[in-house]
Amino acid sequence: MLCASCRLLAARACDHAARPAQSPGPRAPLQWRELHFPGYPELPSCDSLAGRLVRQSVPPGRRATRRRGKMPPATGGGLAESKLRPRRGRCGPQAARAACRDVAAEAVARSPKRPARGSRRFEAAGWWALLALVTLLSFATRFHRLDEPPHICWDETHFGKMGSYYINHTFFFDVHPPLGKMLIGLAGYLSGYDGTFLFQKPGDKYEHHSYIGMRGFCAFLGSWLVPFAYLTVLDLSKSLSAALLTAALLTFDTGCLTLSQYILLDPILMFFIMAAMLSMVKYNSCADRPFSAPWWFWLSLTGVSLAGALGVKFVGLFIILQVGLNTIADLWYLFGDLSLSLVTVGKHLTARVLCLIVLPLALYTATFAVHFMVLSKSGPGDGFFSSAFQARLSGNNLHNASIPEHLAYGSVITVKNLRMAIGYLHSHRHLYPEGIGARQQQVTTYLHKDYNNLWIIKKHNTNSDPLDPSFPVEFVRHGDIIRLEHKECPVKKIWRWEQKETSRNLHSHYHEAPLTRKHYQVTGYGINGTGDSNDFWRIEVVNRKFGNRIKVLRSRIRFIHLVTGCVLGSSGKVLPKWGWEQLEVTCTPYLKETLNSIWNVEDHINPKLPNISLDVLQPSFPEMLLESHMVMIRGNSGLKPKDNEFTSKPWHWPINYQGLRFSGVNDTDFRVYLLGNPVVWWLNLLSITLYLLSGSIIAVAMQRGARLPAEVAELSQVLLRGGGQVLLGWTLHYFPFFLMGRVLYFHHYFPAMLFSSMLTGILWDTLLRLCAWGLASWPLARGIHVAGILSLLLGTAYSFYLFHPLAYGMVGPLAQDPQSPMAGLRWLDSWDF
Amino acid sequence: MGGSPLRFLKAARLLRVHRNPGTQSSSTRGRADRRVSHLLLHRARRPHPLRTRVALAQCASALLPVGPRRRGESNVEQGSEWCGVPSGLTPNRRPSRTVLRRCREPGAALPGLGETRGICLSPLFYKMWGFLKRPVVVTADINLSLVALTGMGLLSRLWRLTYPRAVVFDEVYYGQYISFYMKRIFFLDDSGPPFGHMVLALGGYLGGFDGNFLWNRIGAEYSSNVPVWSLRLLPALAGALSVPMAYQIVLELHFSHCAAMGAALLMLIENALITQSRLMLLESVLIFFNLLAVLSYLKFFNCQKHSPFSLSWWFWLTLTGVACSCAVGIKYMGVFTYVLVLGVAAVHAWHLIGDQTLSNVCVFCHLLARAVALLVIPVVLYLLFFYVHLILLFRSGPHDQIMSSAFQASLEGGLARITQGQPLEVAFGSQVTLRNVFGKPVPCWLHSHQDTYPMIYENGRGSSHQQQVTCYPFKDVNNWWIVKDPRRHQLVVSSPPRPVRHGDMVQLVHGLTTRSLNTHDVAAPLSPHSQEVSCYIDYNISMPAQNLWRLEIVNRGSDTDVWKTILSEVRFVHVNTSAVLKLSGAHLPDWGYRQLEIVGEKLSRGYHGSTVWNVEEHRYGASQEQREREWELHSPAQVDVSRNLSFMARFSELQWRMLALRSDDSEHKYSSSPLEWVTLDTNIAYWLHPRTSAQIHLLGNIVIWVSGSLALAIYSLLSLWYLLRRRRNVHDLPQDAWLRWVLAGVLCAGGWAVNYLPFFLMEKTLFLYHYLPALTFQILLLPVVLQHISDHLCRSQLQRTVFSALVVAWYSSACHVSNTLRPLTYGDKSLSPHELKALRWKDSWDILIRKH
Repeated sequence: MLCASCRLLAARACDHAARPAQSPGPRAPLQWRELHFPGYPELPSCDSLAGRLVRQSVPPGRRATRRRGKMPPATGGGLAESKLRPRRGRCGPQAARAACRDVAAEAVARSPKRPARGSRRFEAAGWWALLALVTLLSFATRFHRLDEPPHICWDETHFGKMGSYYINHTFFFDVHPPLGKMLIGLAGYLSGYDGTFLFQKPGDKYEHHSYIGMRGFCAFLGSWLVPFAYLTVLDLSKSLSAALLTAALLTFDTGCLTLSQYILLDPILMFFIMAAMLSMVKYNSCADRPFSAPWWFWLSLTGVSLAGALGVKFVGLFIILQVGLNTIADLWYLFGDLSLSLVTVGKHLTARVLCLIVLPLALYTATFAVHFMVLSKSGPGDGFFSSAFQARLSGNNLHNASIPEHLAYGSVITVKNLRMAIGYLHSHRHLYPEGIGARQQQVTTYLHKDYNNLWIIKKHNTNSDPLDPSFPVEFVRHGDIIRLEHKECPVKKIWRWEQKETSRNLHSHYHEAPLTRKHYQVTGYGINGTGDSNDFWRIEVVNRKFGNRIKVLRSRIRFIHLVTGCVLGSSGKVLPKWGWEQLEVTCTPYLKETLNSIWNVEDHINPKLPNISLDVLQPSFPEMLLESHMVMIRGNSGLKPKDNEFTSKPWHWPINYQGLRFSGVNDTDFRVYLLGNPVVWWLNLLSITLYLLSGSIIAVAMQRGARLPAEVAELSQVLLRGGGQVLLGWTLHYFPFFLMGRVLYFHHYFPAMLFSSMLTGILWDTLLRLCAWGLASWPLARGIHVAGILSLLLGTAYSFYLFHPLAYGMVGPLAQDPQSPMAGLRWLDSWDF
Repeated sequence: MGGSPLRFLKAARLLRVHRNPGTQSSSTRGRADRRVSHLLLHRARRPHPLRTRVALAQCASALLPVGPRRRGESNVEQGSEWCGVPSGLTPNRRPSRTVLRRCREPGAALPGLGETRGICLSPLFYKMWGFLKRPVVVTADINLSLVALTGMGLLSRLWRLTYPRAVVFDEVYYGQYISFYMKRIFFLDDSGPPFGHMVLALGGYLGGFDGNFLWNRIGAEYSSNVPVWSLRLLPALAGALSVPMAYQIVLELHFSHCAAMGAALLMLIENALITQSRLMLLESVLIFFNLLAVLSYLKFFNCQKHSPFSLSWWFWLTLTGVACSCAVGIKYMGVFTYVLVLGVAAVHAWHLIGDQTLSNVCVFCHLLARAVALLVIPVVLYLLFFYVHLILLFRSGPHDQIMSSAFQASLEGGLARITQGQPLEVAFGSQVTLRNVFGKPVPCWLHSHQDTYPMIYENGRGSSHQQQVTCYPFKDVNNWWIVKDPRRHQLVVSSPPRPVRHGDMVQLVHGLTTRSLNTHDVAAPLSPHSQEVSCYIDYNISMPAQNLWRLEIVNRGSDTDVWKTILSEVRFVHVNTSAVLKLSGAHLPDWGYRQLEIVGEKLSRGYHGSTVWNVEEHRYGASQEQREREWELHSPAQVDVSRNLSFMARFSELQWRMLALRSDDSEHKYSSSPLEWVTLDTNIAYWLHPRTSAQIHLLGNIVIWVSGSLALAIYSLLSLWYLLRRRRNVHDLPQDAWLRWVLAGVLCAGGWAVNYLPFFLMEKTLFLYHYLPALTFQILLLPVVLQHISDHLCRSQLQRTVFSALVVAWYSSACHVSNTLRPLTYGDKSLSPHELKALRWKDSWDILIRKH
């Protein structure tokens, strides 16, 4: 790889030397451009097809094609100008104009000496060889020692487990959308993993279970990051050396390497993010030939990748935002082009809506459809979802169940909070501890199904058994005053202390609730259902008239305490140890209608009533989709850091302040430590600063109307446009984390890191070129660029040699020990490997 | 420069011709032209038909500070007349501008300008001569409508200001802080920087308030020593002055006098703004500074066009910065407006950079001036607020505990009384109390007592059954520890004392029980992943003492640093297991008396406050015997060294704590979500008369709220439409009208957006009054949109007339609504339950109806 780049650069240097310095006229920039992009033939972009066609008609038209298709246009116009210049006349009048220009351009292009046909082939081969080399190196590093360590590392315990759930068709809940885990499951299934491994905790040995398939799949996707970045940078900067530098930074980054080697969502996510970025860049560069086949191909590929990115994690929204911004700018530009009719602009708009909105949405929903279809059995995720949702899971007690439709006195019911992930109204035979309200029986909400969730609905004034067949069935109606009696657990002997079996009433009074001080406490009170007037609740159906019956599952009901006027609700806060970490139930004096205080009846047992089948209740697909998103969002925002806990802060990330322990703690363990290659990361950090500096200098100079020489203008275009695009990506993938309240981890930075590495590639290449240009009078000036790029490449490679044990695993004493092979490499005290 | 009542400022501006010539050399020509033309414009505009011209010669001679400057003015006036434009004839702005342009060319060739420069440098007597030649005349234009608006604003805000003479809503909260200021007691409030509280306290100071009032309950009657009028005066004044300022802003946006009047009148009758300004609350002051920032920026921007670097240019630029920092100083919300003004200034500066008629030096000077005024001045002022705050509050108070020991020691009383005169350097044999730096969930000290860990925990795990070590949030004799040298047996300080340094090995011996701090590979009671920390009791069961700790000073300067009382933050790293002494934050169950759990954290990653400790109380131990030592521990420490923290250290700590303090998400009866604000679906009951049903509510004028939102929607749709059409090269609006439209939109609609949208991201408890700053910007946008519709969308005169009639009808309905809601705004009239019910226009409004 290095040799190739040397050769090309050297070739360029010679060529340049032959050129008269600063020759005026159109010829100079042309030639200069060509020098810039040696060995960049038609292949990687949509030009391939068109390029060939052109070549046939105008045989040695390589320069011409480049002139029309590839060049970053000179000062000012940028992408804009290239779009203005339709390449192959597709639409009437433009074609003619374009043709004229083509002829002119070719006339210009033909004048310099033509490269021999053979050398062009040679360059194309070299180009392919470089790409192959980059890809190969990436794959080699990612697959090297993939099977080690043969035990669960870090979050493999989650994602591996979820992969198994897919294989076993068991329903589960996770805060991320399903695509990533589905792919992991699929990879496991195809590679012969049977889903029997439990993935209990990090460090468990895999033994005979086949895990290589899943790891290999992740590593496979992770390996594509490098060639994708390479191609993206090549397209943005038209410079091989920039692309090579980027590829080297990513290949030799221990962090990317480690993250790609395990069963995690991140390699999958990053794969889609980079694929979206690459196809967006490619489709931007076909902008001069809209509605051609490659244009459609890259546009729809962008849409597909976006769907993939969003389907793996919600972080995918950031790349969607980036593509969206790019598209809006693009459309805005097209709209302002008065040579395009409104119909054409409308076509453009429709094409983008189709490919970038409709297509990704369809794919994204399709992943959910598959998700719901595959996970058909009841599992650990049931309780997070609403009653109707659960009815479709086989094995769940609501599945194929038939229960009475209307609530009647004497029914045994479970009451579920309508807010996602709050659970069932629950009580158990433990009292509130001393000092927390009245010392009566606890009432909580509980996410899992349990006998203690059962309540009997009774009339407030009589204690007779309503199930007595002599009484007629009396339905509960909206506005009735009722009593909820806790049904005793049939398994009575499990409690250690002796206590008379009694059933308590749901009760509230003027005592402050345990956690939410402004609410009232809710307790279980009374003996065998005999309590006091604080046990009376008015049952109300939301948005209904008085006198209506109450339907199981469908009615949204509220319980209003008769004496204090407060509303039964759950605050969603987790009780301390004494409350078994269930959620707090309170009676809120604020009569605002929030989901926290609305309930529905889920199970309903009443032998006197006829059962109806619940199948009619099955939610439609859009409802399921909506519900699972609500649950996911709530789950995400529920991941809050606790006080007194070490948490990673977003400002830690770019400076590589702290890594993540993937495996192993002690000196005897096989340790893997997720940490970016500090040389790469700090270079990235430096590059961002340098970029902002040089970018603003150039921008101000241009705004001041300074006349830049053609070469500098061109390089600064690359810097401002290409670099700006990538910087936007970095910004979008990094800064939103500062606003997030949830727990953050180091690995959240990696998508942003990809972008900052691309920025580094573009920046250093451009800066070195500018440097070389500035020192043009000096005989060795050309060498600066080559030497600079080479030293950066070698430096990165050497730092990888130093730090590779972080990723590939190390055994032996910890780094603070001078005996350790890693001694001296612990450059920051906060790294603990 | 609309109709500022005191026009003498303008007179002052004329001087710039003399003061500046040094700064530019190459482009003097062009600049000078602009100046002359400015003068012309200025002169031409003076006789505005609506303005009364009052000669204020005597008054002005008293006000204008420097004599020679006035002389300069007279010279310039001579020069300007040279240009040959008949001064004082053109009645309004636009024509005057055309005059201006025409005048430019001849002006460029004016020899008179060279002369004025010459005059500037000429000897003093020459100027005197000029002074003697003509009389000193200063004219002032008074815009009567502005005066009238101010008067009405004052009337509406100050009328019966002391009613109700009781604590109303959040006064209960701000009142406490006023009392603290009066008594000079330190407090910590996370709701905003101290400038707002200081403004309120200034009212108390002016009224001679002694701070003696117990602010404990809304509705409590004020005692006679509370100067209610002066306490409420400053917010009311700020609210009243917002009215004329709205007028000025719309005028500065180059909209018509009518539109400006409209904006001001809407501000005048907006019930929510009236309510909020009449009480000891900060929103009206915040709105005042927000508007001031926008207004002064606009004034500055309009100066920029014709007279950069003039005195008024500098004045308005500086005032922009000052107003911004005041807004930020009152509430953090002020940052939003500051960001908006900064953004607009940045865009304008960017255009300035693109202006190639200016020299590089000139552009640089412009940028530098803006950077100083809009970035440096606000930062300095912000620091100044804290400086004054900390100077004022020097006594210790109820919030001391939240602050670090060093901070507490810098306050008078409290900890300072204890720590004053302690030895600075901790030595082997020192007796110390160790406070956890993190202070969450509560600030506490390392503690131990006789009791041991229970043999078996509730969940069946076992413990070492050694003496408990906890963190205790109260001062206690059991918090004392002795720093012991592991190699020696003495528990006293040798003479001379041997200070403990970074990296030294120490043992920590509990003062009363003389057991030493120990940790070992036993799971901690509540955090099973960490090690248990105990005071070692030897049960002879092959569990040896592991009581060596290595001292790490976190904030040290070098590796040989000495452990200092209060100042040093230290970590104790266990020598055998390299665990770090940490406060886990969990409360122990009953057996641990609900004190906080202390653990040895094995995987410590980087710095975290919960692993860091500092010495708070400290003395050199002198007693050899245990009994003597116990007596010594019980007696207060006395030696002598005193320390003071630098301002920056105190500032940064205070600022950090204010930002980090998370008050428990307290749900409130009247809290609301941002979505409810736009449509006014919520209100806040501020006060209810103890006997009658007179009550004060924060309730907006619903006509204004709804039409404000409508105007915003119309503005956005129209802008989008124009933008798209312009993109296709269809220019509906003339260029200057378009620029006016855009600037008005950016400031007004943008002001609304920046003051409203961020609330969707906030997790704190929100109230309706948070929307008021956004609302004021919406009110400014309203007349802008109306004028635009009338000027550009109404095709015929007839349409225009009809539209005007509609606007008048709409405004009278707003007035009617305002008047109807007046009893709830002022709370001066007791309404019958029936009337109250009739006022409940929305079901979601919570109007209090007494049940009799």
